[in-house]
Amino acid sequence: MTPLMELRNVTKVFGGNVNSPNATVALDNMSFTIEVDFPHIITIAGESGSGKSTMMMLLLNLYEPTMGSVLYNGRDVRTLKKDEVLDFRRNVQAVFQDPFAVYNPFYKVDNLISIPIKNFKLAKNKRAAYELMNSALTRVGLRPEETLGRFPHQLSGGQRQRIAVARALILQPKLLIADEPVSMVDASLRATILKQIRELNQELKIPVLYITHDLTTAYHVSDYIIVLYHGSVMEAGDVEVVIRQPKHPYTQLLVNSIPWPDPNHLWGEAAESIKGARSTGHQGCKFAPRCPQAFAPCLESKPPLFRNEGVHASACFLYQGGEVVNQDDIRSLFR
Amino acid sequence: MNTSPLLEINELKTYFYVKAGTVKAVDGVNLKLDSGVKMGLVGESGSGKTTMALAIMRMIKPPGTIEGKIFLEGVDLVSLTEEDMRKTRLSQIAMIPQGAMNSLNPVMRIKDQILDGMFDHGLELGRNEKKERIEKLLQIVELPDKVSKMYPHELSGGMKQRVCVAIAISLLPKILIADEPTSALDVVIQRQVMETITRLVNELNLSMILIGHDMGLMAQSVDRLAVMYAGKIAEIGVVKDMFADPLHPYTQLLISSLPALGKRGVFQGIPGIPPSVINPPPGCLFSARCPKVIAGVCEVINPPLVEIKPGRFVACHLYDVGGAQ
Repeated sequence: MTPLMELRNVTKVFGGNVNSPNATVALDNMSFTIEVDFPHIITIAGESGSGKSTMMMLLLNLYEPTMGSVLYNGRDVRTLKKDEVLDFRRNVQAVFQDPFAVYNPFYKVDNLISIPIKNFKLAKNKRAAYELMNSALTRVGLRPEETLGRFPHQLSGGQRQRIAVARALILQPKLLIADEPVSMVDASLRATILKQIRELNQELKIPVLYITHDLTTAYHVSDYIIVLYHGSVMEAGDVEVVIRQPKHPYTQLLVNSIPWPDPNHLWGEAAESIKGARSTGHQGCKFAPRCPQAFAPCLESKPPLFRNEGVHASACFLYQGGEVVNQDDIRSLFR
Repeated sequence: MNTSPLLEINELKTYFYVKAGTVKAVDGVNLKLDSGVKMGLVGESGSGKTTMALAIMRMIKPPGTIEGKIFLEGVDLVSLTEEDMRKTRLSQIAMIPQGAMNSLNPVMRIKDQILDGMFDHGLELGRNEKKERIEKLLQIVELPDKVSKMYPHELSGGMKQRVCVAIAISLLPKILIADEPTSALDVVIQRQVMETITRLVNELNLSMILIGHDMGLMAQSVDRLAVMYAGKIAEIGVVKDMFADPLHPYTQLLISSLPALGKRGVFQGIPGIPPSVINPPPGCLFSARCPKVIAGVCEVINPPLVEIKPGRFVACHLYDVGGAQ
């Protein structure tokens, strides 16, 4: 079966081409598939600059890949015809990070929901459209009478973000991509919004890509995780295994940096506070300059993904000897 | 020991008189901060944390007003003249405002921005002294010397935040107020910056007020924690006690809404939305969302903040003397 979306050997470079000295490689030869019949939440995690948002922009056809291709139902998104573009736009929905920036302050928030209804002719008449908006808002836990007819500045960040989720869902998409949907929302509301995304994923049976640097929420909301560093996959697998027993030194650094809400579980004293050396002038592992456990092979060649046990693989020479997982086949880990 | 606290806030009120009514952003806050203590101040957006910090710095602009008393070593900041207050800022109390890293002047070198505050406070330094001071400050915040000659756009977010910390401690204040110092940084950088701040606060023996909404960060960084809700303090205590045994229903919900590394998928938000503080009704403002509301009491009478154990304060009718426990 053709996957719904596929990244095929995608590289995205900013500031020149691959060979330019100052170019930033945001995503490096990434391959990944998203299938409709695999309705799980997959987290894409990493620090700022790891390429996670670039991946989203590529999937939404808002960036063009420098090399490789992004496929929708097996067709390159750049060559879609007009009606196919509409179909693509409808089926692949996004929720963005900043709930303040997605609204036009001059329009009521209704606008954000009513425009897709109009564009995709989801309702026969005004009354049906209103019903549709009502049910979508109720579904994300908002009271329609308290939200419709208001201007964005009259609503809180959490309410606005939930309207953005409602908007995505009204279209009954086949894929939802959420880029840091709760990073600008109050801690007490994060749980509510993530819970709703989780419920919708289970009710509507649609895959969700959850892009974040916050491993605590990833742990609770997602099923699988891919950890990126400078555009390459460092570790991937079942979220519980990866976060509870991280194998790659980079994932270990991320997990150790989580501020656990427990005064008895403090950041370790032995802070291997690895300073952000970002030289990538060698052929080896990109994390090697910051890695406390780097050894000779790390500087010579790029480590492939070694399978640890079943559902978990790490791109690190410490785990040499394990079965090598093909970069194109990360999805095979998620079973 | 009979020492008065370093900072003592009595019945602090910050009201904004606007067309729609009176916005009671901070409404009768009492707080004590001892020397060398790191105090966390948490609350949802709009709970008045930042307004309170600005009130301590006396940086509230009209239509806002400050009432009450703020004693810093016995001197009431509210009654100081504008000129005296100006001298107190930075040298006695310094603040790292929210999004401070975006407040650096893009066309000034870092060293000139660090020196700016010192000059303004009348410090006269020779060329070598200046150089030494800057080197020392950059070293404290773990930045390389070369940063002094750079411009803000050449630095990463974490480095800019460190520069702001260096500026804030440049005159060795007694109190450092940090308003969400790591909110725009990712986890690894957040940890590094927070560790630097904690280390220098300990080394220089400063007191700190750390403002934020991330309970995780609070658990990692502070000694005492104050929970704010709708302009009032709901609960204050030692951070470990607060997490182990939260008393106020709001604190209880706040702590249970945190994702921990336990069972997966257990999520609980706080139902309802924060109340408006424009012309707030009488009674406890949390009562509309409170699962343990006492009908006929909570909506009518505003619970005072009472000390129920040494150092532990809570404002809730559940803990009234003779009330239902």
